This record gives sequence, C-alpha cells and structure tokens, in this order.
Amino acid sequence: MKIGTQDWDFVAHGAHIWRGALTAEQLPVLAKAVKDEGGQLIALWGSDDRHLAGGYAIHVAFMTSAGLVWSYAALPAEEPGFPDLCATFPQADRMQRAAFDLLGIRAVGAEDTRKWLRHGAWPEGTYPLRKDFDAAPTRELDAYPFIPVEGDGVHEIPVGPIHAGTIEPGHFRFSIIGDRVLRLGERLGYTHKGIEKRFEGMDLDTGAKLAGRVSGDSHSAYAWSYCMAVEAATGTAVPERALWLRALFLEIERVANHLGDLGYLGNDAALSFGFMQFWRLKEDWLRLSEKLFGHRYLFDRIVPGGVTVDLTDSSALLTLTARLEMEIHELQAIYEEHAGVQDRFANTGIVRPSLAAQLGLTGLAGRGSAQAWDARAQFPQVPYDTLDVNMATHRRGDVLARAEVRFAELYESLRLIREIAQRLPAGPLRVAVVSTGELTEGLGWVEGWRGEVLVAVRIGADGRLDRVHPHDPSWQNWPLLEVGVLGNIVPDFPLINKSFNLSYSGQDL
Amino acid sequence: MATRLILQKIFKTGMVSEPMPEADLSMRTHEQELHDEILKVFGQAVAIRHVDAGSCNGCELEIHALGGPHYNIEGAGIKFAASPRHVDVLLVTGPVSRHLEIALKRTYDATPEPKWVIAMGDCGCTGGIFGETYATCGKVANVIPVDVEIPGCPPTATALLQGILAAIRTSR
Repeated sequence: MKIGTQDWDFVAHGAHIWRGALTAEQLPVLAKAVKDEGGQLIALWGSDDRHLAGGYAIHVAFMTSAGLVWSYAALPAEEPGFPDLCATFPQADRMQRAAFDLLGIRAVGAEDTRKWLRHGAWPEGTYPLRKDFDAAPTRELDAYPFIPVEGDGVHEIPVGPIHAGTIEPGHFRFSIIGDRVLRLGERLGYTHKGIEKRFEGMDLDTGAKLAGRVSGDSHSAYAWSYCMAVEAATGTAVPERALWLRALFLEIERVANHLGDLGYLGNDAALSFGFMQFWRLKEDWLRLSEKLFGHRYLFDRIVPGGVTVDLTDSSALLTLTARLEMEIHELQAIYEEHAGVQDRFANTGIVRPSLAAQLGLTGLAGRGSAQAWDARAQFPQVPYDTLDVNMATHRRGDVLARAEVRFAELYESLRLIREIAQRLPAGPLRVAVVSTGELTEGLGWVEGWRGEVLVAVRIGADGRLDRVHPHDPSWQNWPLLEVGVLGNIVPDFPLINKSFNLSYSGQDL
Repeated sequence: MATRLILQKIFKTGMVSEPMPEADLSMRTHEQELHDEILKVFGQAVAIRHVDAGSCNGCELEIHALGGPHYNIEGAGIKFAASPRHVDVLLVTGPVSRHLEIALKRTYDATPEPKWVIAMGDCGCTGGIFGETYATCGKVANVIPVDVEIPGCPPTATALLQGILAAIRTSR
C-alpha cells in the first residue's frame, strides 16, 4: 500500500480497513506521509503484550485516502516508549498522555507530559491496563497544573466538575478579561470508569453490552463498531438483513440526537419554543422506537453475529418519518427567520477550516468546518455502499454551521431510514459467533452521529476478550472547543459547547 | 414573520401534555424517616439537583426527555435547579466513579435538610455493568444514603417520574 512516496506493508483487514506492523521509529515517518496527503490521526492506544511473550505495543489508526490504516509497533517490556507524534498531529497529545496514565507507555520527546485520565484514584507509577496491576484504590489529593494567564484585569472562572445543568461532569477553567474568554483549559477524566480494564476476560456477548455503554447517546454506533471488530476477528459472516437493521438503528439514533440538540440550541438562544417543539418530536420518535423494537434508545439490539429484533411492519415508521420531515422544515424556517437565533448562532464559536484541518476536527463538528469526512459516504460498509449517502458540509465553522449540518443530516437520515425500510433484504437476523481457539484481532469503524466511532478488539485463545479499546471522536474535538470559544463572551459558552455536544464518558473511559 | 410562524405552529401543535403517572412507592428503599408534617409542607412541590456521578450519559437522555412537553413536570411542581443549595432532592446517576466520589459527597453536604436522594438507573442502584473496580465505587448507596431507587437502563422518563413522586408524596 502506497502512502506518500513509500510502500507500506499493510494488508486488507476488512472493507476499507488496512493493518500492518512497523517499528516505533517508522511511526513519525508514516504520520508525516499521511498528513502530507491530507489524512488525519484518528486514534492512538497501547496494549500490554507481555503475556504474549512480547513487551508492549502502541497502536495508531490513521484516516487515509484508501480508508482506515491500523498500524502498530512492538515496544520493549522495560521503559516502553515511542516517538512523540504531536508535531505532525496535535490531536495525539491527550491520547498519548492517556496511554501513559493507563499503561506507562511514554511518548518520547512530548512537550506536554501532564497526567490526563489519572486524577487520584490510583497511585502514580502504577498502570491499570497492565495485566499485573493490583493496586488498591487510593485517595491521593489531586492537583492539575492549568496554564495560568496573568496580567491587568485578567481573572479566572472555574466551572465544574458538577455542572449547573443536566450535563456530564468535567472542569472548565476560563481566563477572562471583561466578558471575553482569553483562554479555556479543560480538565476531563472525572467519569473514568475503568471500562477498558472491565472488558478484560469478558465473554463476547457481555462485551457488546459494555461497548454500548461507553457513551450512552451513541449506543448503536459503539455496539455496531464492537460487533464489527468481533466478527472480523472471528471471521463471522453476518446476515445481510442484520446489517441493514444495524444501519436502521444507527440512523434512528442519529435522528434522535440531532432532534435533541437542535431543541437545546434553540433553548440556549432563549427560544424555549424551539426546545419544546424539537423535544416533542424527539419524544414521538423515542416512543416509536420502543413500540417497534422494545427500547427507547435501542439498547442491546445489536449483538455479535447480528441483531435481536426485526422490523416486521414499517408503516408506522414511514408515517412518522414523513411527518417529522415536514415539521422539521417548518421549524427550520422559524430558526432561519428568527433574528435572535440568527444573531446568537452566526459568527459564534468559529473554528476556521484551516485550523480544523491542522488540529484534526472530526465528525459532525468537522463537517461544519469543511472537513469533508463521513465514513458512510467515502468508505461505506454494507448497506451504505448501495445507499449513496449525501455528506453535509459547511465552511463557516460557527454555531450556525453546526446547526445547519444537523438539519441537513436529519433530512438525509430520514431518507435513509425510508430506503432501508423499503429495501430490507430477506434472511436470518443472527448467526452464531464461534471463536477460533487462537488469539485474534479485529477493528470496527462506524460513522456515529457525533463522528467516527472505532473499536479495536483482541480475543484470547479461550474465546474471551483480552484487550478492547473504544475510541470516541470527542478525543479530537474537545481541544477544538478550547479554541472555538476564544474571544467569545462567557455567556455564549453554553451555546458553543452544545453546538459541539461532545462526550465526556466516551473520552474518560 | 418569525412570530407569526411561531404562533401558527403553537396553535397547530395544541397541548401534548399528559396526566401525571401514579407514584411507584415500591421504589422506596425504606420508609423515609420524615414526618408526615414535613411531607405535607414540602411534598407537593420539589426542587431537584441532578448529579452525574460517572454515568454513561444514557440516564441523562431520559432526564432531558422529562423536560419536554409530554411530561409537563413544572405543572406538577417539579423543578430542576442549578445548585444543590436550592434543592430538596438529589437525583444521582451512574456508578460513582472514584474521581467523583468527593464531589458527590460535597454536593450531598451542600444540600440543606430535609433532603432525599434518588439513585437512578441500574448503575446507580447496583453498580450495573461497570461494577466496583479500581475506578468506580459502584452503587450510589456506597457513597451517600439513598431513599429511592429507580432501576432500568436507562429507566424510562415515566419510571423516572414515578420514582420522583415516590420520594416526595406521602403514602395514600
């Protein structure tokens, strides 16, 4: 496989997914080649391979013009380290710090070596994802070195971890002058639940439940991505009807989240009418999901080998999608006509396309800043390969752009849902997943409503999970929120934050 | 122009609010140690502070849903407030992560007496799929006293409402 001028020894690992080993020293070379041809770093994680007669390994997933490249490099058992990748891909920073907190794998030469996921729950020098970790929980007093801003009239506003609304917990440190934000420092990791450790030793079906709960608002995206990885690792051929139903669930999830976000965006611009209308539509949508599939958020409907529930009668679904489409058009016209909403949305929280490209903004927020990546359109899996997904993009990079991308994606998802319901192929819903009796690995990659959700899985010879790494697009996008809010007034922060709507749980793991 | 469209839409939409469900008293973990007299005074209206103590954000979806027009909670005297100092009830979600244990305890201490604690969701009630590990303390009751437990993953908005009513209604 050619990236840049060099040929890389990567082999196809699934549709549009490539995999290959290299040395740690080659990683920055590959990163540079990917960057030069316009690609991005998507995920970075480590693994403890000492029980496999190795040392450690560092894994890096890149988005390239040929699809997703999963590269990995073996590292020594003593003092594992790899060359820092931040110079090429700044988004690697927090992922590298997390790899150190969890595994003690060091990014050699990195400027920012502050801890990231470790607060005070486990002692410094112990690493939870090492197989021999057995440290008792500690209550170490936690301190985090925020970068201070000094000068006449500058002061700080600390916010969180417990927020004033129904939002996930995190800490935001604003340095402001007057009402304008000079700097925002984020501190995340509060909801760290030890998810990756929890996967170890789990059976494959329970693993699907846990994967779906990495970030509850993206349940179907995670469950599908995890199952795709397990099925790749075990060589399971999933029935076509099940794949179409998975896509149906993923689009239903996208519609539910976009409806909710558009309601909250109206609310945060003081148009509570918008909130009530969009949440009325969302509630109708959730109730139909419960009626058709037995759960308002479709939890645990995607399982290894297929799905657990069928669509037998699509008439109610077709009726409601038609009504939603009409009502969303009416509401969009109101948002566009409303001077107050437009005044608050336009030119607020801008991330320019050039900066978005430089820092790796991805998913929905990325598409609002001209980062034209959507796996459903460019690297489609079944059934998206026959659905011709239209990607929504925008160049403004402000709250308005992110709202408009949501509107466009709503209409497209409603169209996809109708197509899927009408073209659903016949066949079984599920096949048995049989583990191979050998150590196997697989990767899943799904375009969730927030952006790409990636799950890497290693199954042991005993058929149980040995290592699972779920990756949320929020990893790349959180640092862009810090940038997008600069120069804006503090009261616009909730609106800007909501327009990104990033996951805490998904990145805290 | 926008005003005319808004008024048209409101008129066309009509009222979608539904009657309140009955309180589900089986969600009470024990008969609350509160005098009926207090409940008579405070039991008809309640202010709630939601605390995400490590949730996957699934339960939060249903808390948000409760704010929509079908449930009309403010019509029933239920209001979500921004500070624990302003509330009667803490609604806690998630297995309590060890990184939030202190914040949850401080939030509890900041809430004035008399107070009720509702643990929402399978994780809040039992620790759920995340269990008790190096990173989580498990169920909410492992960290602060709990009065009402609402199981489910996530509990539906209706079940959530039944649990909130169980916390604040006198037994009839």
